[in-house]
Amino acid sequence: MTENLRVTLDRRDDLAVIYTEGYINNQGGEEIARVAYDLIGDGEKTLLLNLKGTKIVNSIGISILIEIIEKMLEIDGRLAFCCLTPTIEKTFHIMGLTQYATIFPDEETGVGEMGG
Amino acid sequence: MDNSSILREVTLTLPMVSDMEIAASTTAAALAEFMQMTPDKIDEVRMAVVEACINAFEHSGAEDRKVYIRFAVLGEAEPERLEITIRDKGTGFSQDALEEPSIEQKLKAESKRGWGLKIIRGLMDEVAIDSASEGTTVVMSKLR
Repeated sequence: MTENLRVTLDRRDDLAVIYTEGYINNQGGEEIARVAYDLIGDGEKTLLLNLKGTKIVNSIGISILIEIIEKMLEIDGRLAFCCLTPTIEKTFHIMGLTQYATIFPDEETGVGEMGG
Repeated sequence: MDNSSILREVTLTLPMVSDMEIAASTTAAALAEFMQMTPDKIDEVRMAVVEACINAFEHSGAEDRKVYIRFAVLGEAEPERLEITIRDKGTGFSQDALEEPSIEQKLKAESKRGWGLKIIRGLMDEVAIDSASEGTTVVMSKLR
């Protein structure tokens, strides 16, 4: 039915940007988690998740993002999001994710505030 | 008193298999576009439909493994409200037994799931749930 989520990565000096393309359901969430945990295992503590290529998510996928937030809190790291659709941003507010993960309007702002 | 008529109606019966929620959300989006809802409202309807379908898929315990969906565009002359009814023939659940999820509690919990109804209520204008041992019906609506 739907294509698998595509996840790509851009490692910078002081943070990593993870890009998604497609539907974040359970498989999509697990793919993001796999990439995030690899980065954490490699010592990365600052992650910016750019969801520009994602127009729809579901709560199972978001629950996996909460697992990543939990992991980042454990290592005293930071996860943030950027380029969300208004509905995904509203959903994150409804769920309270914004208490633990900042939402930036665009990647440039996120990189500037997190990486600087 | 609501004098709304049904201006357009679509029914779907979907098997409870992975990603079928997208088929339901696509139908919802088509009707919301017909009503000339804003893009943000259309997205909110899509997301709520996805969540309602997933709840049925994951929790209904329906032996027929099907979800029955009715989309109705309601209004007196012009489309005013999109009403979506999602029904399963599962075992039902007690709404009193449901705990309101919170991020603080979920961060500590082993299971991070259980957000569907909270999301639906947050995105739609009205939500009513009727659940009994014969199944569960969720009726949700969004004003244009």
